[in-house]
Amino acid sequence: MYRETQIINDAATLPSAEGELVINVGPQHPATHGVLHLVITLQGETIQKVEPHLGYIHRSIEKMCESLSYRQFIYVTSRMDYLSAHINNHGCVLCVEKGLQLEIPPRAQVIRVLMDELTRIASHELWWGAMAMDLGAFTPFFYAFRERETINDIMEETCGTRLTMNYMVPGGVMYDLHPNFQKRVKDFIQLFNNKIDEYDDLVTGNIIFQNRTKGVGVLSKEDAISFGCTGPVGRASGVHCDIRKLYPYEVYDNLSFDEIVETAGDSYARYLVRIKELRQSIRIIEQLIDNIPEGDFQAKTKAVLKLPRGEFYSRVETARGELGVFIVSEGATTPYRIKFRSPGFSNLSALDHMSRGSKIGDLMAIMGTLDLVIPDIDR
Amino acid sequence: MFIKDYISDVYNAVTSLLKGMRTTGGYFIRPKEIITQQYPDNRAQMKLPERFRGEVVMSHDENNEHACTGCTACELACPNATIKIVTKFDTTPEGKKKKALDTFVYHLELCTMCNLCVEACPTSAIKMAQTFEHSVYDRNQLLKKLNNPGSKLRAGVE
Repeated sequence: MYRETQIINDAATLPSAEGELVINVGPQHPATHGVLHLVITLQGETIQKVEPHLGYIHRSIEKMCESLSYRQFIYVTSRMDYLSAHINNHGCVLCVEKGLQLEIPPRAQVIRVLMDELTRIASHELWWGAMAMDLGAFTPFFYAFRERETINDIMEETCGTRLTMNYMVPGGVMYDLHPNFQKRVKDFIQLFNNKIDEYDDLVTGNIIFQNRTKGVGVLSKEDAISFGCTGPVGRASGVHCDIRKLYPYEVYDNLSFDEIVETAGDSYARYLVRIKELRQSIRIIEQLIDNIPEGDFQAKTKAVLKLPRGEFYSRVETARGELGVFIVSEGATTPYRIKFRSPGFSNLSALDHMSRGSKIGDLMAIMGTLDLVIPDIDR
Repeated sequence: MFIKDYISDVYNAVTSLLKGMRTTGGYFIRPKEIITQQYPDNRAQMKLPERFRGEVVMSHDENNEHACTGCTACELACPNATIKIVTKFDTTPEGKKKKALDTFVYHLELCTMCNLCVEACPTSAIKMAQTFEHSVYDRNQLLKKLNNPGSKLRAGVE
């Protein structure tokens, strides 16, 4: 019998404790994209167990990459974590460049970091809106998308696409910056600085929001490490895990920005980490936008890329945590094996531990602050 | 002490809610900051940036000539097998046989607009167009032939 059905049937027929109830949360129709199916065991209104069921959006991206060349496989990784598509591509090109031992022009490095931080802002914006909507506030969603639209327009102008921009190529970036880029980013920063204060007024200071998130879904530092939680989820529990600080890539080691670490480990701390990261991303962009070095935007590469025999690993900090790209090369034009260490999968694994003992209404707050992107979990 | 905490809690709650209402209410009296676009009605004014990737097209000049030599670089660069190039052999005036493009088959339904084919093209024969309304009722309409009927290779393009 199909495993999924088996689990649900077992849960329904097992001799359960008095008053125990098993319910399915989340749709599982193939037409609903990016959904998570949870089987929750309840005792009254208290959660006993949460079992996430994966696989509804599995596209075997790792296997697909084995048949694509080193130029081609990069675009597929935009479809893993589609909200930080640019940073996913960045991890892949870093790994390929490590194998080829390419020297990246300084202009390309700065462009990449600028785009990464814009993507991070866009991703946190969407999370902020969607999470407030999960908790019952509808207006923040529109405000978040209003500012995100500005970033999408900037991306559209320079990269050519709004969401899955295949802008990174091994050796640099695909095009040079658009002439309007600097002016539009400066306008955006000016607009955005006012809007973050508006976000604080609207959601951060709101008493209903605080009561629903403070002390909910606490994850201790030890548990965060043992579950492999990275990104804002790990940093909210006090783990220093910002790859930009620990293993700086591109120009991050020359920039001054803070690694945001909170110690409470609850949903409110995870919220605060992301809101504060928005300001840090703005800080990085402000440092770079006037100091884009002149020069080439792409290094000279061969038409057909061949990585030498060996194993290569690179890591980047996406909006959700650490993305690791591991390539095993046999010296051919296609990778022998590719493995992605995606942040969403590890962060989801902590969901069961965090939500045990809390009420079912708190589950939405916990899942909202985990910032799950389901295609990133399933790949 | 308990009553003092209780009253301060109520006060904080009311002020935080009022703060939020002030933010949303502000937009109610400042309708100029609303940025909604009425999409199907604003087609005439809508201008997409020139780098926007909507679909692959082949540019023809006034003599119905294109720059595609049929080298299949785009076909090899495409990750999704979107492009299929059918070549034929033309006879040059000197009597030699020369490979030339017969049909440039483009599957729009498979294309992810990754731009790798345009980057790979050595003669800049193909480019990305700014169209985006690709919905049709029949899937077969998305299978396109990019070279115009009767078109031929522009002189001087190798």
